[in-house]
Amino acid sequence: MKKTRLVRAAALAVSLAFVAAACGDDNDSGSTDDTTAAAEETATADTTAAAEAAAGGATCAEGTSIAFFGALSGDAGNLGQNIKKGAELAVAQFNAANAGCQVTLKDFDSQGSPDQAPALATQAIEDATILGIVGPAFSGESKAVNPLFDEAGLAIITPSATNEALNDNGWKIFHRALAGDDKQGPGIVAYIQNTLAAETVGVIDDASEYGKGLADIVREGLGDKVVASDAIDPAAADFSAAVSKMKEAAPAAIFYGGYYAEAGKLAKQLRDAGVESTLVFGDGVKDVGYIEAAGPAAEGSIITCTCADGGSNADFAAAYGKQFPGETPQTYAAEAYDAANAFLAAIASGAADRAAVLAFLGTYDAAGVTKQIKWDETGEVAGNAVYSYKVEGGAIKVEGLIG
Amino acid sequence: MSDWLIYRTFWDLTVTGVALGSIYALVALGYTLVYGVLRLINFAHSEIFMVGTFATLITATNFIGIPLLEEGNYPYRTGFTLVAILLACIVGGMVVSGAGAVLLERVAYRPLRGSGEHVGAVVLAFASVFTASLIFTDHTRLNLIIGLIGTAPLSVLYLRIFRRGRQAPRLAFLISAIGASTAIAEAVAIWSPRDREQYQTPRVLEKKVLFEFLGTEVRIDYVLVIVGAILMMTALVLFVNRTRLGRGVRAVAQDVETAKILGVNVDFVILITFLLGGVMAGAAAMMFTLVYDQTRFNIGFLLGVKSFTAAVLGGIGNLRGALLGGLVLGLGENYGAAIFGGQWKDVIAFVLLLVVLMFRPTGILGESLAKARV
Repeated sequence: MKKTRLVRAAALAVSLAFVAAACGDDNDSGSTDDTTAAAEETATADTTAAAEAAAGGATCAEGTSIAFFGALSGDAGNLGQNIKKGAELAVAQFNAANAGCQVTLKDFDSQGSPDQAPALATQAIEDATILGIVGPAFSGESKAVNPLFDEAGLAIITPSATNEALNDNGWKIFHRALAGDDKQGPGIVAYIQNTLAAETVGVIDDASEYGKGLADIVREGLGDKVVASDAIDPAAADFSAAVSKMKEAAPAAIFYGGYYAEAGKLAKQLRDAGVESTLVFGDGVKDVGYIEAAGPAAEGSIITCTCADGGSNADFAAAYGKQFPGETPQTYAAEAYDAANAFLAAIASGAADRAAVLAFLGTYDAAGVTKQIKWDETGEVAGNAVYSYKVEGGAIKVEGLIG
Repeated sequence: MSDWLIYRTFWDLTVTGVALGSIYALVALGYTLVYGVLRLINFAHSEIFMVGTFATLITATNFIGIPLLEEGNYPYRTGFTLVAILLACIVGGMVVSGAGAVLLERVAYRPLRGSGEHVGAVVLAFASVFTASLIFTDHTRLNLIIGLIGTAPLSVLYLRIFRRGRQAPRLAFLISAIGASTAIAEAVAIWSPRDREQYQTPRVLEKKVLFEFLGTEVRIDYVLVIVGAILMMTALVLFVNRTRLGRGVRAVAQDVETAKILGVNVDFVILITFLLGGVMAGAAAMMFTLVYDQTRFNIGFLLGVKSFTAAVLGGIGNLRGALLGGLVLGLGENYGAAIFGGQWKDVIAFVLLLVVLMFRPTGILGESLAKARV
């Protein structure tokens, strides 16, 4: 009896071996590619930084660092990756120019979740070498962790959290590198009313802090023109109730407040059901992930954003392309670059602790890649530009300022 | 909602609700079959469905070689090619999900019943050595080689430790189910090329309107899903009620001990039960990708919970109950979402379950696989 069991076990092990050997090949070649790419990246980073950096002889304590805080993985991980790359470029340029001050960029991957963020924020606060936070990336997690950062006196500059209510909390540490939703919302309303001249509008949101916030501003701004309104559960795959509602109302335009992954599924299901309304989205959808998810259904979609088109600043785009070969700056990369540079300027000015960095930001006034960066007492940046973008030929192209 | 849109969109909601309900029903069959035979809630069944969607995706893109887009448009196929592709995809889903369910039973459940532990020992040994080797190197091929070398001695050790002929406590099965569910979902998330991102499946079927029904356009993909689900379910019911093996399934569901005494090979019957559930989930997975064109490592979670709800709603352990529960849930969710707003969809599903259980604690049709006759 025992012998047969052993024989069976051996037979299974052998068959496993064949399967494993067959799988092994692919993975192996994959990992080699990765290492080569990484090596190339490092090589380019050195030359870029040397060429681009302004002369500087700042000195600072060893181990001085700033941190990225936001989603690097999960549903909206792409946006976080863009932000981190913008900050990474700023730090690489700074380090190359200042041999006496090497700043490290640490990262805290919150996956955009308000539940996971507080524990990570505590970690960041306990690390005394961190003098400033580029982030938190999203509005929901900002609400959860900004009180913690405020208590610790750790300055934050968010390159992307646009919820309008965030500056009402009296957080001394709060700064924003772009205009909030209170600017974006009216921009969307103006676009739908003036540019599209739509008389009937459908509004859908994902019931999130960001999506519902933005959708409510649009609902209020358009008033009677909103002929159909609904919310979806972003975790679900099927949105047929909302789709039926829009199909029945057949509005000239549909606004969806939410993020790109669901926007893609929603756009596809709307088009499949024969809904032909112009689709309008907020900045949470400004990502190639939207076009991947929606496919041909994405064509002609309008996306608004308070963010500037990073690619339209030639110098920045060139430096970015050298740091990350073959890539162009995506959404929020330019804002993150400006945010990181504000912190780096503080460090270069000799600010060696969190209080000094925070004080420096209050007086900061410099030309950034996106706009003039100067904060008022609530942490809002000067300049209220809202841009519109359009999906054409499978790419998100800037249309210009919303008039 | 102020203007009672539900009246004007009623038939539209009915068509989409029945289609989604059919998918729930097919997945619910897997929960119900296993529960009927083993009195076990197989929580890992949702992952069997998820694996099926990936099998469909791989069949379409890697084996048949269909691109996601052709010149900026969907890669539509027509006529015989289309039928062949759809059949290949559904067979791919059914084979992989069926095999997955069988493997799951052999590795996660059967050793707990005190038999057939050599499979469990080998898989466990391989998993232990492979995981341990990750600490020292993350070179995949090296990990695999180390894992394989270590498998033989360690599985012998495990076999000596495992005690034969002992039935594990009930709770152990539940923990094993939840563990297997998490392990499968995470393994797919980590080892698939795009990690936790959503995957698009190529759309070969142009979603044309097939006919009008009470003023509502009915799309071809919905018709395929509904007809396909009915065919699969009829085949299953015939199998359980008319074949020798099906009689074995019913016998084990009625009384395991008596069935054993009367010469039914209980372990084999249980294996067949898992296989049937897996095959149904695989078919559901292909239908899901047909309508929604996408999948993700956690796609099974919410759908699994809903399908399990459908099974309980109709009467768990009851095949016709699974069908009825799926349809009631799919329709109820859709109507409810139209009345109260889409954000209430999941709440409505579970309130519906609570209300039904309050009046009929064993579900609409009652709980019994053994007595099911169609």
